[in-house]
Amino acid sequence: MFDANYVWTIIILLGIGTWLIRFSFLGLIGERELPVYVKRMLNYTAVAVLPGISVPMVLHSANGSFEPLRITAAIAILVIGVATQSLMKSIGAGLLIYFGLSALL
Amino acid sequence: MATLGSFATGFRQGAIQGLPFSLVLGPFGMLFGVIATESGLDLVQVMGFSVLVIAGAAQITAISLMNEQAPVLVVLATSLAVNLRMGIYSAALVPHFGGLPLWKRATAAYWLFDQPFALTSVDVAKNPKRTRDERFGFYLGVGIPLSILWYIVTYLGATLGDLIPGDIGIDFAIPATFLALIAPLLKSLPHLAAAITSVAGTLTLSNLPFNSGLLVAAVIALIVGAEVERRFVEPRQRGR
Repeated sequence: MFDANYVWTIIILLGIGTWLIRFSFLGLIGERELPVYVKRMLNYTAVAVLPGISVPMVLHSANGSFEPLRITAAIAILVIGVATQSLMKSIGAGLLIYFGLSALL
Repeated sequence: MATLGSFATGFRQGAIQGLPFSLVLGPFGMLFGVIATESGLDLVQVMGFSVLVIAGAAQITAISLMNEQAPVLVVLATSLAVNLRMGIYSAALVPHFGGLPLWKRATAAYWLFDQPFALTSVDVAKNPKRTRDERFGFYLGVGIPLSILWYIVTYLGATLGDLIPGDIGIDFAIPATFLALIAPLLKSLPHLAAAITSVAGTLTLSNLPFNSGLLVAAVIALIVGAEVERRFVEPRQRGR
């Protein structure tokens, strides 16, 4: 369980911060253009953060153990995702492999 | 009856075109509900996330860092970093919505997630002659129904999460979701380079305090992505 203050501080500030990012150019900065270099960097925000969160979680489960099953399922997600370009197919296959095999083993 | 070029015409068309995306948002929002509940958030807190933040990847990022007891500032900085791409969306919509009254722009900002932005951008190319009201209707027509769906599936996921025992490895759902989100992007060389940098950097910097290694790695990964694009992709596009 989390401390309620901790949770609500995060929810409210994350809500305000996200809205400010969305409102930024529409509302406050107006017509001024972003520098090309900044625009270019912002294209990579998702791939710059999400893999760094995911891979350590794949390598170690919550209790710290190393599970080959997680790695197998994660590789399947990546391969199927690159091949089919479909979010649903890749996550579906990955969760099926993970939960299916962990039920069997 | 809606007249041609009106807000209502646009709204209806946007709603129809947004419909197929419920297939993506539905399961994703449900997964957030399950993960957040399994992590120990109560129903009001889970719904608070989906209503006030309304950005799935950032919501799950926040939960995963909270699970590691990261300080508030680190949770916020990392989750907001995931949302920075929306700054680009905001800039891209200025030519279309910049002339609207402030309160309309402030309201529109709430719905500026991936689908309303992407479909509106495609629609600008397909129907360049829409009036501003009609285009604004189209944008909200995509966003509002999908946001309502987002709240409903979050609620369903949270209810479901209460029924699932906590020890079946639901923590794997977080990396699974994220890997599935980024996998389609990895066909592009700069995206792949940024992703590899993010992983290598996070693993190398894992000893930095307060999980800040992830954030430092992300900044390096942004620079790597942009540099690879500038050096290897852009020269090719200039058609040598």
